Amino acid sequence: MSTFIEKLGNIDRRVIFVVMALAVIIPLAVRLSLPIPIDEGPSKDMYDAVDALPPGSTVLLSFDYDPSTMPELQPMAIALVQQLMTKDIKIVSLALWPMGVSLGNEALSYVSDSLGREEYVDWVNLGYKTGGGVLIVRMGSDIKSVFPEDYNGVPVDDIPVMDQINILGDFDMIISLSAGDPGIPAWVMMAGDRYDISIGGGCTAVSAPQFYPYLGTGQMVGLLGGLKGAADYETMVRIGVDDPPAGTATPGMAAQSVAHLVIMLFIVLGNISYLANKKRKGGVK
Amino acid sequence: MRLAIPLAITFVAGMIMILQFFVPATQSMGESLQEWYMIVASFAIFLGSVNLLYVHTHRIRFKGRNWKYSPVTIIGFAAMIITGLVFGIEQGKPFDYMFTQMMVPMGATMFSLLAFFVASAAFRAFRASNWRATLLLISAFVVMLGRVPIGAMIWGRIPLISEWIMQVPNLAGQRAVMIGAAMGMVATSLRMIFGIERSYLGGAD
Repeated sequence: MSTFIEKLGNIDRRVIFVVMALAVIIPLAVRLSLPIPIDEGPSKDMYDAVDALPPGSTVLLSFDYDPSTMPELQPMAIALVQQLMTKDIKIVSLALWPMGVSLGNEALSYVSDSLGREEYVDWVNLGYKTGGGVLIVRMGSDIKSVFPEDYNGVPVDDIPVMDQINILGDFDMIISLSAGDPGIPAWVMMAGDRYDISIGGGCTAVSAPQFYPYLGTGQMVGLLGGLKGAADYETMVRIGVDDPPAGTATPGMAAQSVAHLVIMLFIVLGNISYLANKKRKGGVK
Repeated sequence: MRLAIPLAITFVAGMIMILQFFVPATQSMGESLQEWYMIVASFAIFLGSVNLLYVHTHRIRFKGRNWKYSPVTIIGFAAMIITGLVFGIEQGKPFDYMFTQMMVPMGATMFSLLAFFVASAAFRAFRASNWRATLLLISAFVVMLGRVPIGAMIWGRIPLISEWIMQVPNLAGQRAVMIGAAMGMVATSLRMIFGIERSYLGGAD
């Protein structure tokens, strides 16, 4: 028995990979569904901040991520765009990451088509420009000189949604969906602090802890952290909506639940084996 | 001279960027520098592309390590550039199709592999070897359970405890790191502006 426990610590990593794969695949395949409890926290704060914006407001939505982090951030983008468009809030989008442009366009077009909104009247995608923080500072004094045309090459002077937008201060809120740098810190430091604009954000689960100081100081109005943040938002946006579009974050939470349990199980097994070995060698006092 | 000119440029540019906050007359110069930065940064993308092609053609030519992957990189690079230039990059065009049907799933796959490595690494390295490691282990368990719906199903207070860990001990640690890094950044910037820190010039003394 003791030999078995001691050997537990040497499980082949391929066994771990297979068990992990099954832990993710099976819940998705059987469509395991778990209730998403909505507690007070950064996700709810984010939803409330957007919900408090009056119809006709304009929000800048920055898609600062690429396909690698899309499974976590794209569901957030879709749920956010859905909430904004449902509330008749106009969206001006851009990307500080080159590949964020297409992902943003995908989310905007998908929701816009499903809700019957119109490009250039209700939303516009300005595209990507390099520069990160410096780009944001330049937008603080003149957006149209930085983005003279949108993603499709249409002059911004001819775009109705840009009529009242000349500087960053004209936006009612800025939301950055960020997978790294440039992203949320650049928007908080260069836009929020300098021009006194409300900043909200969404990020991957691994990077969420580093943005909590911004929540503590009120520099951010809310934060969606990882797939949980996306699932929370999907759930809140769906409340009271007839026939809401299917989200991908909520079903993913069941798979993530099982995956977390499996990781914890492996950690426990590893520790049992470690302590057994230590006891055998007389290391435990 | 090779040293004096870059140091002078750094000093002037750095001082203008600081002074623009305090002296209105320097504000337009600061804005011009910001525009120059964006132009230089755009050019860096072009340089990166040229460098990518150079590295991989060089590797193929001299049969370097893993050279067999280099043609795939070059073909993928050329395919994206050519389809983008010829057909445009709007939705429904070949460039967009290749992006959504190839780039997106491949990128997501690479990031998803992390789950497997995290599981394997946690199993081998996450040991309750002393009381501090045990505390870390317990915190990790609470946060992992608090971030998924099953945590609330096990005990309703787990998400609240998880959020407390994030909002109090985590926030305190993160804030300390952030303030420390910011102080270091200010000190390094001043050292560079005044020519004390020169390592960014490529090791020139």
